Amino acid sequence: MSSTTNPSTQHTSTIGAIGAPSRRNTELALLVFAVVIPVFAYANVGLALDDQVPAGLLSYGLGLGLMAGLGHLAVRKFAPYADPLLLPLATLLNGLGLVAIWRLDQSERLQQSRTFVEAAPRQLMYSAIGVALFVAVLFFLKDHRVLQRYTYISMAGALVLLLLPLVPGLGHNVFGARIWIKIPGLGTLQPGEFAKIVLAVFFAGYLMVKRDALALASRRFMGLYLPRGRDLGPIIVVWIISILILVFETDLGTSLLFFGMFVIMLYVATERTSWIVFGLLMSAAGAVGVASFEPHIQTRVQAWLNPEREFDLSRAGVQDGIVHSEQAMQALWAFGSGGTLGSGWGQGHSDLIGFAANSDFILATFGEELGLAGVMALLLLYALIVERGVRTALAARDPFGKLLAIGLSGAFALQVFVVAGGVMGLIPLTGMTMPFLAYGGSSVIANWALIGILLRISDTARRPAPAPASNPDAEMTQVVRP
Amino acid sequence: MSELTLTVMRLGFLAVLWLFVIVAVQVIRSDLFGTRVTQRGSRREAGRQQASRQAPPQQRQQSGGGRRGRNTPTKLVVTEGTLTGTTVALQGQTITLGRAHDSTIVLDDDYASSRHARIYPDRDGQWIVEDLGSTNGTYLDRTRLTTPTPISLGAPIRIGKTVIELRK
Repeated sequence: MSSTTNPSTQHTSTIGAIGAPSRRNTELALLVFAVVIPVFAYANVGLALDDQVPAGLLSYGLGLGLMAGLGHLAVRKFAPYADPLLLPLATLLNGLGLVAIWRLDQSERLQQSRTFVEAAPRQLMYSAIGVALFVAVLFFLKDHRVLQRYTYISMAGALVLLLLPLVPGLGHNVFGARIWIKIPGLGTLQPGEFAKIVLAVFFAGYLMVKRDALALASRRFMGLYLPRGRDLGPIIVVWIISILILVFETDLGTSLLFFGMFVIMLYVATERTSWIVFGLLMSAAGAVGVASFEPHIQTRVQAWLNPEREFDLSRAGVQDGIVHSEQAMQALWAFGSGGTLGSGWGQGHSDLIGFAANSDFILATFGEELGLAGVMALLLLYALIVERGVRTALAARDPFGKLLAIGLSGAFALQVFVVAGGVMGLIPLTGMTMPFLAYGGSSVIANWALIGILLRISDTARRPAPAPASNPDAEMTQVVRP
Repeated sequence: MSELTLTVMRLGFLAVLWLFVIVAVQVIRSDLFGTRVTQRGSRREAGRQQASRQAPPQQRQQSGGGRRGRNTPTKLVVTEGTLTGTTVALQGQTITLGRAHDSTIVLDDDYASSRHARIYPDRDGQWIVEDLGSTNGTYLDRTRLTTPTPISLGAPIRIGKTVIELRK
């Protein structure tokens, strides 16, 4: 057969399916790398601050390594074909966050403040709980399509979670934002972080059923597809809910996150650009409307527009009924003094930010000590997580999985944007946490669960088609081009 | 700790961090999956290598004996229809025809069913055409097929507007 020659065979191209390899060993190698980098940073902080390798280096390295190892074993066992990058990326971010939190714990300036607690050990515990939840998600959620059954239950669940902080006695007002609940004996919890995931499940289930009606039944007007009133219902409801969150809990970030996530998923489900236009208009209207009468939001906007003036007012101790915050200016100075290459671990002064230096403003610490180069790398790490999420959505075969993956990664991306943009002065600052980096139990735990769900979807998406042996048609397919 | 050591560590850390990002991007690059398209270019050498790689060894053994006989077809040629002039090498694999996207030969023909017919070798290496319950039927010469039928060299197999033949 190989001796045949025919000019027409030159047009034949052969198409063969390439199954994605499981890539678990790649993941393991990257994980080792992702544990070594934070250990290096930890040693670096100790050397810079006290001229010696910190005493807790071994236990910290072992703790992080143990968490990463457990996560890896769980993936190997329960999701063998899952994406190889998500777990190492999350581990690296979590490890770097722990180092930065520990570094701020060492600051004498922060230690003198009234509210000081050693944050790093707690954060390590939260991370461990987060990884445990990650393993639990992989173990109990054998197929993400099961979540589809709980579409409306998750809607109710998300609403309950969002309303919990408003319940008298349970809700807990911290510095103007009422987004925590106090569980006696356990500490505080931010239900909004979990509501993010639950709400994504609801949106995915709902849009999967309604996508055609939303996409097709519309009138064309000025190049935009105007949807019918009854289809517009859900987006209005979500908008109102997010406005209500904004009003009663004064949590600009969460409301932006939910509405943005819904618009992203709506756009992906219907492929109609007009939804994005509507979404942007509605969120702008909502934000401006609320900002005009809610004092807490007004102070945030003031700090965004005139950070320097707010700093001066705060330093002068002006008491005019409005809270003046110097954080925004301090954060900008931190970024500025970091420059391109940063001051090096442990040698910055981002502790001047004071309150929330290790949670909302943790990016400023990275900006000062690692500089622009480091922050760019961090943002790229986040971008890679989002990219893998979107890739998972593209590879997923079922529409529910697609929408859920895009919703979760979209929410993740929005959260990074809202926090990083706020700290850097691009948008008004909102009380949200940088995923994995910032100090905050709920955030770390919820984001590990989010990564778990993404890994589950990607495992289903990348799993090779079962049992090709009995099928005679499963050989190399030849496609012929004239 | 000396200034120099700290500077080295600072730059070293940034380098390591970026190295991780680059390695991760490399993993993404090597992780692209889906379909692999190999052009069988004008260089016959490459094409021959590939052909021998495609056919699993056992199959070649099995059908190899019959193939060297005088009346054994080596390729399938489309002689009429939109795909005129295209050929498929016969390597002991089953060839499916139809409008379905996963068919070996995807027919863009209103008269074809999505899984119209298949052509496969029997145990002796004789090629058989079988109609898969198509709506408009498969014709060998002028007779509509009802059972799997052996194909002789050069006999036209007609599906809608498409005609294919087996050739040496």
